[in-house]
Amino acid sequence: METVTLTIKNQPSLYLEADNISPDAFAGKSAENIAALHAYEGNTQTTLGDHFEISGKGGATATETRIIVNGDVSKVKYIGMKMTGGEIVVNGNPDMYVGAWMQGGKITVKGNVDAFAGTGMKGGEIVIDGDAGNYLGAAYRGDWRGMQGGKITVKGNAGSDIGTFMNGGEIVIGGDVDVHVATHAEGGKIVVKGNAKSRVGGQMVEGEIIVFGDIEVMMPGFIYRKDVDLEVDGISARFALYEGDIGERHRKRKGEVIYGKLYQKY
Amino acid sequence: MAEYIIKNGFVFDPVLGINGDKTDVAIKDGKFVETTQLANPKTIDATGMTVMAGAVDIHAHVAGPKVNTGRNFRPEDKLFNCTPRRGVERMQGGFSVPTTFKTGYDYARMGYTTVMEAAMPPLYARHTHEEIRDTPIIDQAAFPVFGNNWFVLEYLKNNEIENTASYIAWLLRATKGYAVKVVNPGGTEAWGWGLNCENIHDPVPFFDITPAQIVKGLIEANEYLGLPHSMHVHANNLGNPGNYTTTLDTFKLSEGIKPRGGWGRDQVMHHTHVQFHSYGGDNWGNFESKSPEIMDYVNSHDNITIDIGQVTLDETTTMTADGPFEHHLTELNHLKWANTDVELETGSGVVPYVYSPTIKVCAIQWAIGLELGLLAKDPMRVFITTDHPNAGPFIRYPRVIKWLMSQQSREEMLNGFKHSEKVIDATHLMGIDRELSLYEIAQMTRAGTAKALGLGHMYGSLKPGLEADVAVYDFNPEQEHAPDDIEKAFGNARHLFKTGMQIINEGEIVSNGNKRTLWVNARVNENPQVMRDVKEKFLRYYTVTQNNYEVAGHHYVPNPYVIEVDATQ
Ligand SMILES: [Zn+2]
Repeated sequence: METVTLTIKNQPSLYLEADNISPDAFAGKSAENIAALHAYEGNTQTTLGDHFEISGKGGATATETRIIVNGDVSKVKYIGMKMTGGEIVVNGNPDMYVGAWMQGGKITVKGNVDAFAGTGMKGGEIVIDGDAGNYLGAAYRGDWRGMQGGKITVKGNAGSDIGTFMNGGEIVIGGDVDVHVATHAEGGKIVVKGNAKSRVGGQMVEGEIIVFGDIEVMMPGFIYRKDVDLEVDGISARFALYEGDIGERHRKRKGEVIYGKLYQKY
Repeated sequence: MAEYIIKNGFVFDPVLGINGDKTDVAIKDGKFVETTQLANPKTIDATGMTVMAGAVDIHAHVAGPKVNTGRNFRPEDKLFNCTPRRGVERMQGGFSVPTTFKTGYDYARMGYTTVMEAAMPPLYARHTHEEIRDTPIIDQAAFPVFGNNWFVLEYLKNNEIENTASYIAWLLRATKGYAVKVVNPGGTEAWGWGLNCENIHDPVPFFDITPAQIVKGLIEANEYLGLPHSMHVHANNLGNPGNYTTTLDTFKLSEGIKPRGGWGRDQVMHHTHVQFHSYGGDNWGNFESKSPEIMDYVNSHDNITIDIGQVTLDETTTMTADGPFEHHLTELNHLKWANTDVELETGSGVVPYVYSPTIKVCAIQWAIGLELGLLAKDPMRVFITTDHPNAGPFIRYPRVIKWLMSQQSREEMLNGFKHSEKVIDATHLMGIDRELSLYEIAQMTRAGTAKALGLGHMYGSLKPGLEADVAVYDFNPEQEHAPDDIEKAFGNARHLFKTGMQIINEGEIVSNGNKRTLWVNARVNENPQVMRDVKEKFLRYYTVTQNNYEVAGHHYVPNPYVIEVDATQ
C-alpha cells in the first residue's frame, strides 16, 4: 500500500470539481504526475497541483493506493467519485458528491460532508464521523437507480432525502434525519438511530427502514402489522412493524405481496 | 461563393445510377455543377473514400414540446456526456434527447444535412420552430399532426375532402408545417376519454368516425392538394403483439389512390417505424416477427413507402403523440411518465425505456427492424430510421448501417443474446444472408427519402442543379474491412458540405452553416366555411387567440424556404 498526501494550499475562488482525487486516477503515478491531473474551477480547467501540495506516490493499482486529504476542503467536490478500490481519508469537511457512483474501497471523512455523498453508490464503504447533508446515498437527479450496494455510516445527523430510489446496500445514521427517507426505494436498508421527521418511506415499493427514535408524522400509506423482536447493530429490542407504501404498486413473491417495511423501536 | 471540387472518391448516387465509380463532384454557388463550370475551385482529395449526397432523415423527433419534456424530466440523460464549447461548436449534452446544438452537430457528423421533425402539435408550433431555429447546420421541416384533430374528424365524418384540404392548407401556413402527419388516428382523441382505437374500424368516441375513414380521407385530401410529401402515418395498435394485421389493414387504405402534384414521389402513404407494427403472437410469451407478411405487401405495392424504426438496444426516451401507448409503457416499466392533452388537436406522452439485449422481446424487436430492411426489394421505398429517440437515438444510424451491411455483425448479435435460441426461433434474421451494398444504403438514407418527401429536386443526389449537400466518408469499398469500420466511417464524416458551404473539414466541424426551415404554402380557393369554422373554434374552445397561434415572423422562422403548391385548379 502506497500513500499519497494532498494538502490544500490554494483555495479555489469558485468550487473545485476534483473527481480525479481517487485511487483509480492516482494508481501508478508519481506526485508530479498526480499534480498534473486536471480539475475544473467553473469552466476553467486547472490541475490538482494548482491547489494541493502533493507528496508520496500511488500504488500499482487502485486497491494498493491510499489517499490522505488535509486542510479546508469545504470547496472541493467529487472526492472519490467512481472509485473502485483503495482508501481515502479526508481530514476536513468536503463539499458535495463524496464517493458518488463509488464501486469499491473505503472513504473515511473525519468531519462533515455536504449533499449527494454516495450518489448512485454501487459498492464499497463510506464512513462519516460528523454529519451528512441532503441526498445521502440517493439517485442522481431524475434517475431511478439510486444506491445499489455498499455501506454508508454517518456518526452524526443526516439531512433530507436520504436513500431516494435506493435499490440495495445499507445506510446507518447515528443521529437524526430530516424529511423524506427512502422515497421510491425498491430495496436496501436504512437505520436511523435517532429521530425522523416526516415522509418516511413515501412511495416505497420494497426495502427496510428501521427507526430507533420518534417519527414526527407517519405516512398515511403505512399500516401497522405486528410487533417483532430484532437485533440491529448489536442492539436487541422490540419494534412495531409497519408496511407500505400502500399507495404504490407492489410485486408478489411466492403468492405474497411484498411491501416496504418500516420498523419503529418501542 | 466558393467553388469546390471533390476529387477521386468512390461515388454512390442512385439517382444518377453511379455505383462506386471514381467521379469528381463539383460545387459552385451552393449547387452541384458540371466540373467544366468551375474556374478556380478548392480541391478536396477524396482518394480512397466514399462520396454520397447529404443524407435526408424522413422521421425523427428532434424539436418541440415533447422533446423538451424529455430533456427536462431526464437530467440523467446528460450525466457524464456534456462537452464544453470548442472551436465553432457550442456546448453540447444529452444522449437520447440531446440539446438542439448537439442534434445539429451529430447529424452533420453522420453526413446528414436534412431532417424532418415528424410530429409537431400545431398549438405548440412556435416552440417547435424555436428549437429548429436553434439547431445548427441541417435543413429542417416539421409535420403537424392531423389524425386526432377536431376539424379533421368533423369534416371527414361527412367525407368533406375539400374542406379537409382547405383546413390542411390553412394549418400548414399557420404552423409553417411541411406535411400531413397522422399518429394513432382517432386513438389519441379516444385517450382523452380513457379509451383507445385498437383497429382501423374501432370508432372514435363522440365523433363517430373510424381510423379507416380518417386515414383514407387524409390521403385523399393530401392528393387533392398535391402536397410534396404523402400522408405520413403511425397506425393504430402500435407495439402490441399481433398488431401486424392492423398494419396490413392500414396499408390497404392506400389502394387505388394516385399521387398528384408532380413532385416525383410514387407513394400516397408513408408508414413510419414499421418495426413497431410488425408483431405476431397474442402475448409477450409467443411474441414473434411478422416482417415477411409486412414486406410481401410493401414489396408488391408501389404506392407505399416505409421507414424501419430500428431498435438499437440502448437506454432511450420514448415520446409520441400516441398518448395511450405511453400510458401502456409506463404501466409496463414503472418509470416516470409525462402525459398531456393538446386541446382540440392531439395528445402526447413521454416515458424513458431501456431496450436491454437480455430481454427477449427487445432482442426480437431488434431483429424485426433489420428484417424489414433486408427483405426490401426496392430500397428506394424502405428507409433507415430509429424513430429517434423512440427505438433508439439517431446517433446509432451508423451502427444500423453496419448491421444491414454485415451478416457477420448480425450473427454475432443473435448468438450473443441471453435468450439467443428463443430470439432466433421467433424471427427470420438468422436465415437472411443479404448484405446491403453502399448503393442500397444511399437509396435508403438519401435518394429514397428525398424522393418520398417530394424533395428530389433539391436533395438526395449529386446531380448538377441540386443543393450542394455532400458527405465524404473515410471508407474504401475496395479494401478489406471489419464490420466496425463501417460504423466508424459513417459516424465521422471526413468532409461535409451543406448548400455548398464547408461544414466539416478533415473530421472537424468548421461552420454552423446557414440552416433553413422548409414549409409548404398550399394555395387553395377561398373557403368561407372553413375560415368561419376556424374562427369559431378559436372563440369557443382554444385557450389562445388565433393571433397568438400562428407562427409568423423572423423570430420563429428566420431563414425560411417556402415550397409553393398551387391547389386552386
Ligand atoms: Zn415517430
